[in-house]
Amino acid sequence: MKHLQLPLSKEDIKRLHAGDAVMLSGTIYTARDCAHKRLFSLLDAGMPLPFELKGAIIYYAGPCPAKPGRASGSCGPTTSARMDSFAPRLFDLGLGAAVGKGEMCEEVRQALQRNAACYFAAVGGAGAVYGNAIKKSECVAFEDLLSEAVYRLEVENFPAVVAMDCYGESVYQK
Amino acid sequence: MRIVHTKKIENCVYRLARKAGTALTPACRAAMQSAAARESSPACKFALDTLLDNARLAAEEELPVCQDTGMACVLIRLGQQVALTGALLSDAVDSGVRRAYADGYFRKSICDPLTRVNTGDNTPAALHVEIVAGDKIEITFLPKGFGSENMSRLYMLTPAKGTEGVIDCIVQTVKEAGSRPCPPVCVGVGLGGNFDGCAFLAKKALTREIGTHHPRADVRAIEEEALRRINDLGIGCQGFGGDTTALGVACEIAPTHIAGLPVAVNVQCHCVRCEKEVL
Repeated sequence: MKHLQLPLSKEDIKRLHAGDAVMLSGTIYTARDCAHKRLFSLLDAGMPLPFELKGAIIYYAGPCPAKPGRASGSCGPTTSARMDSFAPRLFDLGLGAAVGKGEMCEEVRQALQRNAACYFAAVGGAGAVYGNAIKKSECVAFEDLLSEAVYRLEVENFPAVVAMDCYGESVYQK
Repeated sequence: MRIVHTKKIENCVYRLARKAGTALTPACRAAMQSAAARESSPACKFALDTLLDNARLAAEEELPVCQDTGMACVLIRLGQQVALTGALLSDAVDSGVRRAYADGYFRKSICDPLTRVNTGDNTPAALHVEIVAGDKIEITFLPKGFGSENMSRLYMLTPAKGTEGVIDCIVQTVKEAGSRPCPPVCVGVGLGGNFDGCAFLAKKALTREIGTHHPRADVRAIEEEALRRINDLGIGCQGFGGDTTALGVACEIAPTHIAGLPVAVNVQCHCVRCEKEVL
């Protein structure tokens, strides 16, 4: 099990290989379907994004509301394939890594290779475990989208597997 | 005639929703435990163990098992000897859902299909009412996540395709879904009926306890053969590769038209949350 402190440098990413089990600690940003559409509208309009994309890590997730006394509600990954059409452009603009569940498409695989980036799979359905790994959560954009808004999360020991690495290798069968 | 106030139904939906959102069914937990015990792939076993830890944590701390607390599927079998008073039945069900999702700190996941504006309270529920004999009300609550719902399919086969065609549809659906629906999956299959009725049979099949079989021998044979072939696919937990791709296949059957053989395949992730109560 590798413990990784976020953000990841290109050297960190080059040391990761598909199938490696990792624990992530540091800052990640949630964004799923609707938030990606809004991020793209901002990019198309030449406007700044609500967070610095270079080196950032996007988590495809939409949390439950937090119970009193907790930083976050349950917050496991959503199906990454729905973000297939968005991810390559974001990697080309500097996105460091994505976290979600399930396979992503060929264009994403190429974008990861082109940009020395990687894709982590969290365990889908383990919402309570991931909610517990979140120590701080703050909405940074699109609050009207409720659970689909962009949240900045501080995570500790967030379990994941390197699903697609920067060498074009994937943990999923062909 | 038995008179029942809809407040009783609202409160029952509330109880079932609160329980369902935070607990796997005992049969689901048992199926995951036995799958983890015999799994030969380390990555698949790691994922299964994480999910079992997650289920334990969720139950202990009353947290949602999965953040996708789902669309609220409510199946009511209403005895014909019951007379309802109070609110409209669908309003009572929605009130129970609204209160449960607020008090349980569950995610509100229901939105307009085009504008994508969230309704804010997880209503409306997907409510099905069947009128049955007697004076009881059986309420089943199945919160259905959409990672798996999205991978569901309806096939209108020709009668010539027969049993083999049915099994091929079931296996093909799970194969195409791959890692996306959070395998190991449970598969609900509808056989027969018409276009809409077949899909409902598949949903009803998901409310059956995992590991139980249809009483008809030929239907049971389809359940067993489909499960065997799905697990031979090797997709594994989370798509990491392994022996455990499905925990169960359940089929429900109804008469159909002489020209058709509808097959609906409703995919459910490993996170089976289903609660039932009889009033």
